[in-house]
Amino acid sequence: MSTPATHFNEDARRVAPDLRHRGIIQTAMGKYETVRDQRKVWFQDWQGARDLAAQTKWDAINHLDKHLEQFVRNLEARGTKIHWASTGAQAREIIFGILKAKNAKVVVKSKAMTTEEIHLNDAMEHAGYEVVESDLGEFIVQLRQEAPYHLVFPAMHLTRGDIQETFRDKLNDAPSDEPEELTMVARRVLRQKYLQADVGITGANFAIAETGMISITENEGNARLTAALPKTMITLVGIEKVLPRLEDLALFLPMLAVMGTGQPITAYNTMYGGPRQPGEADGPEEYHVVLLDNQRTTLLADAEQRDSLGCIRCGACLNVCPIFRNVGGHTYGTVYGGPIGSVITPHLRDLQDWKHLSYASSLCGACTETCPVKIDLHHHLLQNRRNASQGKPSWLQKLAFKIFAPVANRPGLWSLTTKLSRLGMKLRALVNGSVLDPARPWTKTRDLPPIAKQSFREWWKEKESSKLQAPSSREIPSTKHQ
Amino acid sequence: MTISLFIPCFVDLMYPQVGIAMVRIFEKLGHQVDCPKTPACCGQPAFNTGYWDESRAIAIPMLEALKDAEAVVIASGSCGAMLKVFYPELFAGTKYEQAARELAPRCWEFSGFLVNKLGVTDLGAKFPHKVTFHDGCHGLRELNNKRPPRDLLAKVWGLELVEMDAAETCCGFGGTFSAKFPAISTAMGDMKCTSALATQAEYIVSCDSSCLMQVQGLLDRQQKPIKTIHLAEILAQQ
Amino acid sequence: MSERENIFTRIREALRVEAHAHGPKGLPTTADHRRVLPAVGATTEEQFALFAKNAVDLRAAFKLVKDNSELTAELRALRDVESWKRIAAHRGQQVEALVVSLGPPVLFTDDGCDKHELEKCDVGISECDALVAQTGTVVVTSRTAGGRALSCLPPHHVIIARREQLVPDLSAAFALIKQKHGANYPSMISFITGPSRTGDIERILVLGAHGPKKLTIFCV
Repeated sequence: MSTPATHFNEDARRVAPDLRHRGIIQTAMGKYETVRDQRKVWFQDWQGARDLAAQTKWDAINHLDKHLEQFVRNLEARGTKIHWASTGAQAREIIFGILKAKNAKVVVKSKAMTTEEIHLNDAMEHAGYEVVESDLGEFIVQLRQEAPYHLVFPAMHLTRGDIQETFRDKLNDAPSDEPEELTMVARRVLRQKYLQADVGITGANFAIAETGMISITENEGNARLTAALPKTMITLVGIEKVLPRLEDLALFLPMLAVMGTGQPITAYNTMYGGPRQPGEADGPEEYHVVLLDNQRTTLLADAEQRDSLGCIRCGACLNVCPIFRNVGGHTYGTVYGGPIGSVITPHLRDLQDWKHLSYASSLCGACTETCPVKIDLHHHLLQNRRNASQGKPSWLQKLAFKIFAPVANRPGLWSLTTKLSRLGMKLRALVNGSVLDPARPWTKTRDLPPIAKQSFREWWKEKESSKLQAPSSREIPSTKHQ
Repeated sequence: MTISLFIPCFVDLMYPQVGIAMVRIFEKLGHQVDCPKTPACCGQPAFNTGYWDESRAIAIPMLEALKDAEAVVIASGSCGAMLKVFYPELFAGTKYEQAARELAPRCWEFSGFLVNKLGVTDLGAKFPHKVTFHDGCHGLRELNNKRPPRDLLAKVWGLELVEMDAAETCCGFGGTFSAKFPAISTAMGDMKCTSALATQAEYIVSCDSSCLMQVQGLLDRQQKPIKTIHLAEILAQQ
Repeated sequence: MSERENIFTRIREALRVEAHAHGPKGLPTTADHRRVLPAVGATTEEQFALFAKNAVDLRAAFKLVKDNSELTAELRALRDVESWKRIAAHRGQQVEALVVSLGPPVLFTDDGCDKHELEKCDVGISECDALVAQTGTVVVTSRTAGGRALSCLPPHHVIIARREQLVPDLSAAFALIKQKHGANYPSMISFITGPSRTGDIERILVLGAHGPKKLTIFCV
């Protein structure tokens, strides 16, 4: 039976040993790491900045009701229409209602993970709208009919050659594989779409309660144009995106850039607080903000993991994650990949269906160490594992751990186990690495060290009982380096 | 000082020389070494798999066995993190929480104990080889042990430390992870081996035998020239 | 119940249990921010030097000019080098007369303009609200810089700023915006740092992904 877990395992087995994939990702991440680290030291106190960011997000999330009310009140005061969606289906319905009312045909989008989350593109295309992703990376994966590979770098798994091929097939326009020329092809194509588009759809990086504005962080200017040219603008934003005050951006804009792309600040950080105002030159006649819950309140109700709602989607945890770097962004089968995705997907979707992502981690903690808002990511993976096995334990594993406890606790049983292990390992050696080998998950690719002739506890017992002077350290038995 | 040494199950069975080296080193420094009647395991496999009740069945006798210990040295960064960092989480909200919190500050990983508790870096060891150091994740991130092993290696006569790229990147062991997701675990291990081989060191050194089991297992299968060795084994070489 | 009420009910229910806070509660102050964020130097000269360095590092062109006649000369030179045929601008105090004096026809955006016409312009010239030394950023708004599209649709964006518009850091820039516009905010406030860029193909920097390929900042 095909489940998210079997999909994950199949894809992981295929991608992890793929050296071409590994090379592409290593190169991209290597470039990222270098600039990120240069920028971190540009801060007077990077760790202090993380503390302040976490403190701000704690306040934002733990007083979400208050901040959301203020956010909405301020937006409405300047003519923005606010919509509330408990589910993805409701959000799609709201957006379709606006598209119909405006008699829209062409929709231009700037990068928004929330729209991926509610599968908006598919739905709009099925309904006959022309939908254009304007972020270059998103545009490329849209042409290839793929999901974004990464929160920040949607096309990082592709080489220039891959992209040239895509442009040749889909646009009939690919003069060379030079990134400059390929980018200019996209610029030409998309300019026309901006001018044609009836509606522009964006996401938001932050929702400022104090002033009633959304803030969009970008480099290309595609969100700027999406918010400038079409007559109707729609922003789909998760309810957790609030920041209390405008000045909080002084901290978050550079932190997001440093962690997201290794820049000091991105080229455009733009706050929108309504449709075109009296006396303004241009801008949309109508501005709609759709506030999306879609199980965020379920995560909010879990006080233990509530901090994960503070995520600013910088992608830093993906970038440092050795699992992500080996299995790649598509293997997760989720909108949000990497450590943060493994933590939140079980809450946003279903714990039993998505618990495998929490197990697919060596718990190395690199994610938690890098997270700019200090989400306790790897602890949350452990908590998901605990919750999953409490909800629906594997009886075999439970039995194994139940039997193991008294064995570990009683020296006599442990001593017996030591002796039995020696025998077991000798027998196993006969089928080493083969399908008959019970340790095959390990031994298929790796050797297994033997059980020592004398275990430490046996040595200690002998030392204590004989009280003899121990032999000199030169005679320490060693299995490997001699 | 009386040092209570906890030798985790897999070190006991597969790497006894690591524990023996630690006993020698502490005795040479004039301390009393004791191996209290603890469980053979810290309970981490059950904990990491999500079976916290089953983990507590081991951790409770551990707390009792170590309640009077002056200092507990754990022969693995990972198991050290379990006692020091994860026991308080495991017992949060239970009647053992207090005991777990009291035990935590008395728990030490071997290298951190030597440098930060005993203030010792020079053990008079000789090891005339070129080595590279792999930071075990739990020792590095849960116990903040970046410096101690390097301070100790710096004082070993004849030893040359060459840092590898991505020394802080996980080797892919991760306990039951290595068996549940062997393809990912192997890919991670391969990358670690590649980094280490690029230094042209003779040895990969670590404070975690579990990481070394992963790396050595891959190296042996691929017949690569570099060897692995635990820090304690180097420090015991006179 | 409306969805709004449903969502608020769930939020309030969820927040009945407070989450553990790792550090102090309450919001950080501007002083807290300034303690951790990148340093900016104490004097205006240092801050100008920092602005220039940051702007140029991020591929903007920056030039301090001593007066309007030098500014005009600089703009004429740009006009000739880039063969401007159509200029877009707004009727700002600093730019209106200046752009008209340049010669090519000027499209003023103030009262709305055809976006197709704006797209055909070779340059957009605007004023700004602030220059931020810390990051080399220029702050524009839809009210004070000719709307939303002027600063991002033409391939070259030229900013005309005044020296006194320099602020040391992002915190000061937000404070200024609040002070200047707090009673009635413009519908768009944009912090522009360098020209449009992308790294989406093999993480290689390409300028002019969608917005301007060039950003030139003149400070009088």
